[in-house]
Amino acid sequence: MNAGRKLACVVVLAVCAVSLAANWLAPAGYARQFRETPSAPPSHQHLLGTDEVGRDRFARVLYGTRISLLLAPAAALVSTLLAALVGGLAGYMGGIWLRLARGFTDLFLSLPWLFLLITVRALLPLNVSPLVSVLITFLILGLLGWAASARVLSASADALRNSDFVLQARASGLHGPRLFFVHVLPNLKPVLYAQFWISIPVFILAEANLGILGLGVAEPLPSWGSLLRELEGLISFREEPWRLVPLLLLIVVMTSFQLLLSNEEVTA
Amino acid sequence: MLRKTLLRKTLLWKILRHMGAIAALVLLGGLLSATLVRLAPGFDADERELDPSLNAESVRALRQSRAGEHNILSFYAGYLRGAIHGDLGTSHALGQPVQNLLRERWPVTLRVAGIGLLLAWLLASTLAFTACLWRRSACEVLGTTVSGAFLCIPAAVLALLSVILNAPGYLAIALIVFPRIYRYSRNVLAKAYTLPHITAARARGLGEVRILAWHVLPVAGPQMIALAGITVSIALGASIPVEALCGLPGIGQLAWQAALSRDLPLLVNLTVLVTLVTLLANSGADVMNYVMNYMLRPREATRGPEEEEMTAA
Amino acid sequence: MIGRRAFLRLLLCFALLLFTLASVSSFSQSGGELRFCLRSEPKTFDPLLVDDDASLSIRYLTGGVLVRVNRHTQDLEPELTESWKVSNDGKQITFKLRRGITFSDGSPFSSEDVAFTMQRLMDPALHSSTGDAFRSSSGAVSTKIIAPDQISITFPAPLAGLERLFDQVAIMSAHSPKKEAPVLGPFMVAEYKAGSSVLLRRNPNYWKKDSQGRRLPYLDSIRLDIQSNRDVEMLRFKRGELDLINVIDSDYFDRLAATSPQLAHDAGPSLDSDFMWFNQVASAPIPEYKRAWFRSTNFRLAISQAINREDLSRVVFNGHAQPAVGPVSPANKFWFNNKLKAEPYRPAAALQRLQADGFHLQNGALFDKGGNPVEFSIVTNAGSKPRERMAVMVQEDLGKLGIKVNVVTLDFPSLIERISQKFNYEAAMLGFRNVDLDPNGQMNIWLSSAEDHAWNPQQKSPETAWEAEIDRLMRAQASTADPKKRKESFDRVQEIAAEQAPFIYLVNQNALSAISSAVQGANPGILSPQTFWNAERLTLNSTTRASR
Repeated sequence: MNAGRKLACVVVLAVCAVSLAANWLAPAGYARQFRETPSAPPSHQHLLGTDEVGRDRFARVLYGTRISLLLAPAAALVSTLLAALVGGLAGYMGGIWLRLARGFTDLFLSLPWLFLLITVRALLPLNVSPLVSVLITFLILGLLGWAASARVLSASADALRNSDFVLQARASGLHGPRLFFVHVLPNLKPVLYAQFWISIPVFILAEANLGILGLGVAEPLPSWGSLLRELEGLISFREEPWRLVPLLLLIVVMTSFQLLLSNEEVTA
Repeated sequence: MLRKTLLRKTLLWKILRHMGAIAALVLLGGLLSATLVRLAPGFDADERELDPSLNAESVRALRQSRAGEHNILSFYAGYLRGAIHGDLGTSHALGQPVQNLLRERWPVTLRVAGIGLLLAWLLASTLAFTACLWRRSACEVLGTTVSGAFLCIPAAVLALLSVILNAPGYLAIALIVFPRIYRYSRNVLAKAYTLPHITAARARGLGEVRILAWHVLPVAGPQMIALAGITVSIALGASIPVEALCGLPGIGQLAWQAALSRDLPLLVNLTVLVTLVTLLANSGADVMNYVMNYMLRPREATRGPEEEEMTAA
Repeated sequence: MIGRRAFLRLLLCFALLLFTLASVSSFSQSGGELRFCLRSEPKTFDPLLVDDDASLSIRYLTGGVLVRVNRHTQDLEPELTESWKVSNDGKQITFKLRRGITFSDGSPFSSEDVAFTMQRLMDPALHSSTGDAFRSSSGAVSTKIIAPDQISITFPAPLAGLERLFDQVAIMSAHSPKKEAPVLGPFMVAEYKAGSSVLLRRNPNYWKKDSQGRRLPYLDSIRLDIQSNRDVEMLRFKRGELDLINVIDSDYFDRLAATSPQLAHDAGPSLDSDFMWFNQVASAPIPEYKRAWFRSTNFRLAISQAINREDLSRVVFNGHAQPAVGPVSPANKFWFNNKLKAEPYRPAAALQRLQADGFHLQNGALFDKGGNPVEFSIVTNAGSKPRERMAVMVQEDLGKLGIKVNVVTLDFPSLIERISQKFNYEAAMLGFRNVDLDPNGQMNIWLSSAEDHAWNPQQKSPETAWEAEIDRLMRAQASTADPKKRKESFDRVQEIAAEQAPFIYLVNQNALSAISSAVQGANPGILSPQTFWNAERLTLNSTTRASR
């Protein structure tokens, strides 16, 4: 393990540890409104200041990390697996299956899923617990986010199907699922890893946008998505640079994830 | 001679079949989107209902105004009938014929999304190729951090930034799309570099640029081309918040308006358009891959017809 | 040969001439184009069908009306009429029109046009909110053209506040082939790019002149960009691309006031209000025990007492709001019942009230007498940051009482379906904007049989005694023209509203606006349109504009 990966490991573990220790590091909690000091700058009491209703931003970052860092990768995993299933398998099988999968994927990419999400919200009870609401949100994101990479995977798998080593494996008597899982799927890893890595911040941000539809993390629970949406009042960020901290944190975490995921040594 | 004619017939047949499939999918897409919109709650709701000046009859009339769209199948059949004659329906939200709206706006989106996409590819390719050619982990970290940073910034914020900096809208689209291109292409290229023939080429003393151009890109080709296909729909998706915030009167802004007001005629037309563009882009990518495979296939006299078929499939 | 003195005199005359020319031309050059934003797409340009904010703004600037409510003094002023007279029974109004007025296309304005407009407005198939305001009962409206400059309109039943309703009626041309095109207002629609902008140009035939006999408006044109995002609007204003923001959020107001206080205008409390209510519909798909809570006056009053309105005004609106008292804002000087006060924050008293109803606290959570935990949801519309923040603060306030509140933001169509069609909601939070001064405009909210009786609409007969009493009082105030009697009735309605709390009123926001220093003559008020109600008299200082 080189130095970069070691550092990335440390960073990710540190972030996880800090978020788990939120109860001790930010005893004020994420929901308590310090109404005397709304939109306050950083201070001893509030390391990252307070938001518009006076909630401690540091606490919200910590608690938000738990939700976003746990659920976004889980949803990303779901979408990656779906992409592997639809794209990879179809590409591997070729012929009519490939054509059907490609058509299905293209259609999937073009439909206005916004309306499905609105319908889902209508079907859920209004008093659904915040945990259930956020689980459902990320599940839906995972179920909807696979189409783009499935397309790329089908092209990869199609190319692999006709490659020499697969031919050789077939000639040696390997067929069907075993051939797919042992020889084809591992070679789809670059695209799968890319899909996984891209999906995490995309889902974190999408969850915040879903708040407009009533899905997503319910108040007063914080999420990184909602913290990042605070940046939309950008005009004043020069006067309030501490509002960029959640963004910087996410960038650091994403970079660390990527360093952990990449197992091809470029300088080899 | 017979084989060439047969081949041409098969090719023609394949093209026709493909066009037919595209047409069928586009029609299906329109129907599915109409269904999604119709089934979503709030279809009959109009914010004017909350106006206390309206009396009961007026509110009832408001709710009935969409009665013609309740039966999705008959609405869609009517829409298709009109579309054959060139009438794409009238938008509820904007009160204008849809074909006028689309005609006015598609050049704007074509320009903004098109240039944005080209710029995104340029940016992503530069970063990815630099990382490939220089083979320093610092390059890798830089590329990851830069692309990661832009991936983490909400699209709305990037669009607002471009308004603040008076930058053109296509820059925002480029910044939204390039991280995805970078990550996919970097991973695919990195994987291609691990293949044994690269080591052999390096051992033979071939330069990095030559290796990249002649030995890595052809291997990564199919995936990069497929990626190019899907980046078209990613760019179209990105154009929605960018056009809405930058005030660009394109299709994306129209889509946002239509979604907010549940404007069924407009939404169906937009879905049909987006499905068509997506299908054409991805089909184009597939065709290019097919052609590349055909051109790059090994031409050996010992190859039997079955093997040729397997490669060409 | 000109002597030196003569030369100096000539130079002085020349300078004076130049100066005069400059000031005259700078005045005529003060034409210019005023620019501001519409927050949504105008839904229609037909002045009789106008209902949404954007279309209302365009109608205000292009439509000529018989009488105008002065947005500043709130008095009724003659516009296209010289005078008017309402009959004693309140059913008939006679207008004496100004002479010599023409439409923007040159065609003459006469009582025929007024008759045509009224006939069209009162067509029951039209379904316009302007027309419905005149329709207090069934029966035809008749118009009688007495002379080309005199017309009387007779209604089947007396209408309270009849003459003020004509502020909303833009007179259309009876004879012009293109019905919507010729206008009587200061501007006319020159260009409309759907989704993008609307351009209004001055009406060359506008009848109004200023005190020096100069033809109004001073401006050449008005450009209205369609931009719903407030961050972008604020940015463009700061950059000088926009000249005014008609209604600005308190966040942006404070940011602007910090750097350029002369541009930010706070006209004081407006007529707008934000409030919440509970679903009391008998057939609503909510659990029976929840319906019992929502129908209990004690419960509603306790909730009202448990909400800290001072905090809402201070935190969400940075002090640019005040706790609301009832359906009428204190800014409505005539109609506000000043015996009433805003509900003070008394959580202990609220808890006592609830305990009297059988609620009890257990481990910090509130339970009702049946042992059900007190939990409900508040639905509100997404996209309004102040309202979302208010909901979060109400959630915290009620949390201190052991009540668990879930805040659900929904897109507007879904919200409307829930609150007015399916009734599958528990509590909702919304606001009233552009509230009418005259309470008659709120008839459809207070009548129990009406559509907008939010907590329990379209009742066949009033389900409670107090709703029956409100019905009686609202009908009473509508059937008399005597302002004192009307005020008595409506004062009592406000008292009942305070006693029963069907709506829990939260805050009245201040009318905040931003006006660039290039705009001169602006006098922002609280009635819509707050900043450009005197658009025909606004001027633009082109040098100030150029230097921004």
